[in-house]
Amino acid sequence: MSNVPADLKYTKEHEWAKIEGDRARIGITDFAQEQLGDVVFVELPKVGAKVTSMSTFGVVESVKAVSDLFAPLTGEVVEVNAELPKKPETVNRDPYGQGWMLVIRMAKPAEASALLSAAQYEQLIADSGH
Amino acid sequence: MTAHDSGPLKRTPLFDVHVKAGAKMIPFGGWEMPVQYVGIVEEHRAVRSAVGLFDISHMGEFEVGGRSALAAVQRLCTNDAAPLTEGQVQYSLLCYPEGGIVDDLTLYRVAADRYMLTVNASNIDKDWGWVTEHEPGAAWKNVSAETALLAVQGPKAEGLVQRLADTDVVSIRYYHFAKGKVAGVPALISRTGYTGEDGFELYVPAAEAAPLWHALMEAGRPDGIRPIGLGARDTLRLEMKFALYGNDIDQTTNPLEAGLGWVVKPAKGEFIGRAAIEALRARGVARKLIGFEMVERQVPRHGYRILKDGAAVGLVTSGSFSPSLERGIGMGYVRADLAAVGSEWDVEIRGASQRARVVRTPFYPSKAKK
Repeated sequence: MSNVPADLKYTKEHEWAKIEGDRARIGITDFAQEQLGDVVFVELPKVGAKVTSMSTFGVVESVKAVSDLFAPLTGEVVEVNAELPKKPETVNRDPYGQGWMLVIRMAKPAEASALLSAAQYEQLIADSGH
Repeated sequence: MTAHDSGPLKRTPLFDVHVKAGAKMIPFGGWEMPVQYVGIVEEHRAVRSAVGLFDISHMGEFEVGGRSALAAVQRLCTNDAAPLTEGQVQYSLLCYPEGGIVDDLTLYRVAADRYMLTVNASNIDKDWGWVTEHEPGAAWKNVSAETALLAVQGPKAEGLVQRLADTDVVSIRYYHFAKGKVAGVPALISRTGYTGEDGFELYVPAAEAAPLWHALMEAGRPDGIRPIGLGARDTLRLEMKFALYGNDIDQTTNPLEAGLGWVVKPAKGEFIGRAAIEALRARGVARKLIGFEMVERQVPRHGYRILKDGAAVGLVTSGSFSPSLERGIGMGYVRADLAAVGSEWDVEIRGASQRARVVRTPFYPSKAKK
């Protein structure tokens, strides 16, 4: 079973967001990394870039496939995990910890309430047949 | 593979074994096949360092026998089958009259007057139609459904297969085979593979595939044997620059530009495609299939464009992260003047030009027993 921490918010595209005041830390879920398999490449935006809710902000590649990353929330990138492109396998090892991708300053904090709760995300995974 | 997308997926005799082993199953060439069991990188490394077991029963096998068998094979295939001795295997091609490739295959001389052709899974129907329409006088038999094929590949493969075999497999030379029993199962034991490692491909009756699989997994436990999916099969063959039909070669590519001129033998006499390929040889090829590596940490993929100073000069046909080299590598067709080892150009990845250079191949040194 995939790990779905209760204190995070989720997207249907398998990203997670941890709301910290007016900021949100963003990554991909345990389920997502399991589905991808060995992550071998991560491409992230630069600090200062603007991201928009449910638009792509980067790319993650496994041995076999390329997947877009979708921003859970709208805002400005204030931190980027610079270690990740050098050690992409961290996404597999620790998707909610060292495998974090971005911190954004939210432009529309109200968007957070539209994200999935842990329970809703667990249901989504269950419905997808896994 | 459009012809297969509509119909139901076919399954090998080992389908249940794969599901039980936790494999992730995907459609491939009309078949429902394991892409990975635990992870592509881990499986890849198991084959390079120990031994891996592959179910490749989806591949097709045709037999052709009788007095006209050799003549039929000679007219269909580009390589010269005449010098093959009983117990020998040869890589060969079927070509269209225009020089494009119908399929690549391995040809087995199984008896004085009998041959077996092993063809790609996605091409079984097309190839069967091709050989029987062009050589209707020969006695053809499609034994694909009743034949299972297991590959045992890696530095520990020889020892493992020998422990289970009732015949001497150590003395089987590369691209040769012997008949014998492996774990009590009658098998054609072929010293061939698609990984660049030493090893065997075992042709066995479909009903015996599961018992043989379990016997190999059990006996191979001390060797660190692992089941290997199509994902690692692809990265292993890419590190060898082995062509994959449908990716690197197809109807629109010819053997010369694909670097397969060594299996085209016009001196043997007439065969389908001979005149077109000879004309190409005289004219020289405009593009070549080369191996390249990415300079930065980027992963090239099938279909990406190759650019020189912003202008399109080629196309990536296979690309992946190489678990052995830990970098992005690929194969692609590039304009002949940009094909030399050391040439640098760009691969277009998501709209950006990423530097790549042509390298010597295989990417990883072959350990197959030559």
